[in-house]
Amino acid sequence: MTHSIDRRQFLKLAGLGGAVLVSGWRSSDGIAAADSDFYFVQLSDCHWGFEGPAQNPDATGTLKKAVAAVNSLKEPPDFIIFTGDLTHTTEDGQERRKRMTEFRDIVKDLKVKDVKFMPGEHDASLDHGKAFKEFFGETHYTFDHKGVHFIAVDNVSDPRASIGDEQLAWLKADLERQPRDARIVVFTHRPLFDLYPQWDWATTDGAKAIEVLQTRDNVTVFYGHIHQEHHFKTGKIEHHAAKGLMFALPAPGSTPKRTPVAWDPQVPYKGLGFREIEAEARPVKYDITELPVVKA
Amino acid sequence: MAALKRRALLGGIAAAALAGVGGGFALRAYAAERVIPVKARRFTYEPDEIVLKLNEPVILEFTSADVVMGFRAADFNVRTDIFPGKSSRVRLVPDKVGTFTFHCDIFCGDGHEDMDGTIRVER
Repeated sequence: MTHSIDRRQFLKLAGLGGAVLVSGWRSSDGIAAADSDFYFVQLSDCHWGFEGPAQNPDATGTLKKAVAAVNSLKEPPDFIIFTGDLTHTTEDGQERRKRMTEFRDIVKDLKVKDVKFMPGEHDASLDHGKAFKEFFGETHYTFDHKGVHFIAVDNVSDPRASIGDEQLAWLKADLERQPRDARIVVFTHRPLFDLYPQWDWATTDGAKAIEVLQTRDNVTVFYGHIHQEHHFKTGKIEHHAAKGLMFALPAPGSTPKRTPVAWDPQVPYKGLGFREIEAEARPVKYDITELPVVKA
Repeated sequence: MAALKRRALLGGIAAAALAGVGGGFALRAYAAERVIPVKARRFTYEPDEIVLKLNEPVILEFTSADVVMGFRAADFNVRTDIFPGKSSRVRLVPDKVGTFTFHCDIFCGDGHEDMDGTIRVER
């Protein structure tokens, strides 16, 4: 895909030499567009605690390698987000907290300290997000960064994979405070649209969220859950699924069951990875660069 | 005898209500439909393969042996919650031939993701 480091370097240089050129660009919220280009990193589906040598014989090493890979990026991202399934599910609440403690200890080694977390169903569906909140805070929230309004939507704390009316009302109220042309990025764990409901790759009331999001012109969704890159458009909203960091899953409907893809000893860590996302203001777009856990 | 008939009639009305159908004709049609019991338990359905005939509507009657679970057959737009201690019924019209997956859509435990089965529809 794109060579984002080069691109970022170019933008940086262009910014240095083009202050006058871009001084007339102002977004509707008054933030200079020249200040608005940045990039962040998305990691997803780490499943810390998973055991399955046939799917990942380096189950305790992959996340650490991903942390090292992020730390080795030439230019640090503005922030990092984990889009759910930080840990692999367990019915034992004590074990769940142990896994979250271990996960938190590993990601503490990230050099970038602005790290945001979201739950996946493995983290939150068995206790409605209780343990997750103890460790990582709220399961849905917003923040603003360099002219982009970010919204983390929780579609996993309800074991029925529902966002729920209360959170939908919160989402609607938040969007109503944004200008119609605001740059909005939504993070979720599950897809908001019916990607493949036969494998539970959907959100029960995701259509309601999409209906609300459609009221704004520049909305892009980044999510996880399906352990593979996937790109889809509903109306004017783009939805981008990320790879996982424990095991890959087959393409939707390509096999009878949603069985994890077997580890390929010839190509270790195949199908795993993370991504950097470069947010550009004019025109509004997000350049995605997929990165491997380990460089070939 | 009269009491038995009355109970049967009430049972039919309750079943029709569960299926979301009304009227005398629908009630008679519903009463004639085959009922297939399905027992859910962590993390299986029994049976986990349901064989149906094309265009022959059936009633799937679920019970749970332990916790609250779900049943979703997305290809037929059919779903229900499954509760311990009471039965849940859904009507399914197999309008296409083939093998289709169903699964539990309520995250019910550490084996949840393996809780699925198939519906095989034959001519």
